[in-house]
Amino acid sequence: MSAPVIPVTAGTPSDDLPKSAEVLGKVSYRWPITYAVLALLSLLGLAGTLIVRDGAWGQTTTFQSRYGDQWFTIPNFSLPSLMMVLLLTAVLVAATVYAYQRARSRRELPAWLHIVVLLAFVLAFLTWAGAGKTSVIPVTSLLAGALALSVPLIFGAMSGVICERSGIINIAIEGQLLFGAFAAAVVASFFTAPYLGLVAAPIAGAMIGGLLAWFAVKYEVNQIIIGVVLNTLVLGLTSFFFSTVLADDRATWNARQPLGVIEIPVLSQIPILGPVLFRQTILVYLMYITVIVLQFMLFRSRWGLRTRAVGEHPRAADTVGIHVNKRRVWNTILGGAVAGLGGAFFTVGSGLAFGREMSAGNGFIALAAMILGKWNPMGALVAALMFGFSKNLVNVLSSIGSPMPSQLLLMLPYVITIFAVAGLVGRVRAPAAEGIPYTK
Amino acid sequence: MTQPTPGTPGPEKPVEDPDASRPGPPADAAPDDRSGSQVLRQIVGGDVAISFLAIVIALALGGVLIAIADEDVMASLGYVFNAPGDFFGAAWTAVSDAYVALFRGAIFDFRAEEFERQIRPITESLTFATPLILAALGIAVGFRAGLFNIGAQGQIIIGAIFAAYVGFAWDLPPVLHLFLAVLGGALGGALWGFIPGILKARTGANEVIVTIMLNWIAVYLVSYILASGPFNPSGTGQRSPQVGPNAEFPRLIPDFLVPGNTFRLHWGFVVAIAATIFVWWLLERSTIGFEIRASGANPHAARTAGMSVGRVTVLTLVIAGALAGLAATSQVLIDRGSLTAGVAASYGFDAITVALLGRSKPLGTLLAGLLFGALQAGGTLMQSITSTPIDIVLVVQSVIVLLIAAPPLVRAIFRLPDPDAPPRRAAATKEAAA
Repeated sequence: MSAPVIPVTAGTPSDDLPKSAEVLGKVSYRWPITYAVLALLSLLGLAGTLIVRDGAWGQTTTFQSRYGDQWFTIPNFSLPSLMMVLLLTAVLVAATVYAYQRARSRRELPAWLHIVVLLAFVLAFLTWAGAGKTSVIPVTSLLAGALALSVPLIFGAMSGVICERSGIINIAIEGQLLFGAFAAAVVASFFTAPYLGLVAAPIAGAMIGGLLAWFAVKYEVNQIIIGVVLNTLVLGLTSFFFSTVLADDRATWNARQPLGVIEIPVLSQIPILGPVLFRQTILVYLMYITVIVLQFMLFRSRWGLRTRAVGEHPRAADTVGIHVNKRRVWNTILGGAVAGLGGAFFTVGSGLAFGREMSAGNGFIALAAMILGKWNPMGALVAALMFGFSKNLVNVLSSIGSPMPSQLLLMLPYVITIFAVAGLVGRVRAPAAEGIPYTK
Repeated sequence: MTQPTPGTPGPEKPVEDPDASRPGPPADAAPDDRSGSQVLRQIVGGDVAISFLAIVIALALGGVLIAIADEDVMASLGYVFNAPGDFFGAAWTAVSDAYVALFRGAIFDFRAEEFERQIRPITESLTFATPLILAALGIAVGFRAGLFNIGAQGQIIIGAIFAAYVGFAWDLPPVLHLFLAVLGGALGGALWGFIPGILKARTGANEVIVTIMLNWIAVYLVSYILASGPFNPSGTGQRSPQVGPNAEFPRLIPDFLVPGNTFRLHWGFVVAIAATIFVWWLLERSTIGFEIRASGANPHAARTAGMSVGRVTVLTLVIAGALAGLAATSQVLIDRGSLTAGVAASYGFDAITVALLGRSKPLGTLLAGLLFGALQAGGTLMQSITSTPIDIVLVVQSVIVLLIAAPPLVRAIFRLPDPDAPPRRAAATKEAAA
């Protein structure tokens, strides 16, 4: 990416190099261009279509933050739509100019700028979508639903991080999610105890992880092949039992057992963010813990160091006495368990009975989120949240009547991912030994 | 990776090679001085035997599942120690009923009265196999180049959009119309294969992720297209107008062979056979095929040898996409065919399993496609006349592929010798040397 202008080859005496020529990286205008595109979209696409409407200056967008009972509620408020969009466009333009200057002086952009730009654009879009409508934009429920939809993605992405950091490609996330959902539903229904479902789900996921590890490590079968096949196997197994045993006696085997919502006192009373983050089921709180613990453990613990060593350079790790294959097997089983727990979201986590092919491709999106997040728990979290948000945005917009076809909106996160994988986030680098079986 | 030297058997089978992720050409390093016992070991532990045993194990496992899911079997399990005969009788009835139905639906219906009805199942199997073979050939070409093309599903959908549009919107003379519609389908698939190809070649974007994303984009694109413009004259947004009669594949079995037949089997199957031959020629006899295999086996060596790996990547995915697009034509360009959102069914994903089972070789893929087509057709009948759902077919298919990918496991189950293991004396010398 940023290749030095003068390559310093080995053996070149440093005296020969011109003293004044400082080695500079190439200027990358990636982010300023991205921001400029967003600003342009906001100006022409959003503000532009509003201006041509009749009486655009008088139109307003109403936002609602009320969501269940709270100590303080902000009443619904209306803002002049066009003014708002223009204002947010101005913010985007300012960010573009600032990013351009930073890029010219070869300095990194601060993380908060990305967040500001993203927020401004999303807000502008929401304002545009709700302009002149009587229906309100439910901000809090939009965010809460987005978080809920992200839960299986986040668990799946964490599973991917755990496995791939140790050098095992986990394409079977989809199957682990599905099997977790199945096990959670069946066990919770049979014992009429939703929390037992949360015990069964990780065990089911770990079984799939164990199978993956067994074939990948013992028989050295290509890991993508096993992953793909395991997905089919789980789909076949769960659908088979769904239409035989589960269908014969729904009351015993596939009754709805929703997990209760646990409200964290005080914290859940914070306006907007409170109910979003702290009025959720235990599964969501487990997700917070998983992400934080994983981020810490991966980079700050002996387990994390060894996992990364095994994934990057197994021979070196073996030389210093780390059991490469043992570490990989246990990590894959652990990763399977994490994904299985995420699968519980589909059934007990959202209070539904098990359905055929319930995971609906979430495992693959989790995989993409992990790669977008550059194999980092926090990065994967952000990417998964983006997917969840855009999905729920479509739900909300279709209920208030969106001015844009819902299919095109649904396509958006996938298009963004392709752009991102193709260079927006810089070239992502997978763990070096990923997918390669280790033999002494 | 130690290279197999002539005279000594290769250290491992190619499927297990760590860096040859796709089943490559077999290590033709069989010893010249084969003794009789070694020939026997080759037969007992070789590919064909492993494939056969894998199918047997998978069907046995499927039988266990069928028995578990059967209510009579479970009822008799309650008193299995008092009357074990009841239990085994019920299990036998459940399993044999299901598998007999599977056979009747897939190959030959011996209970049917007329000849036309009796051989109808085999034509159904071939009909189901057609898109599977075509899409799987595309995936196999990708595997040989070291590319994991998960995007056959999306490529089929886009191919179907193009083929259907040419089919219903244009009005052309007989042969030309079909030809152009098929070409359109191939072009659509190729376009959807070109995107991950060019992105991988130019930016290094992981083709697995890009193709998965393109699958989703294709799903939403087809539902958007169905709801708009020329595809939606009826206003329902569910299906496009039907393709013209000139754009349909003619039926393969003419009336004078089997009078009064209503077989769905059409000339798309011949296209699949032709595509198999083409892919064989492409991979084994053409220059580009050599480059594909070289890039797959070792991209660094290929680059050193002067090949443009990027060009090979783009070309491979374009070919793969075109083949998937052909698979789409066999679904759209049929009697009363039209574009629907579910046009690709799950052919794109099943094709991955087919290509894996076929070890990415053209002939193997053809045979695997026929097997899966037969399972699909048989499963449909099984689901309708017994209480066993068609999902069991998925289980059987995945177990077969899983076992074939790990020959040591199958050999361990049946305690078969390893044909590639060096004879005991040679092994001892090797250890001494090490």
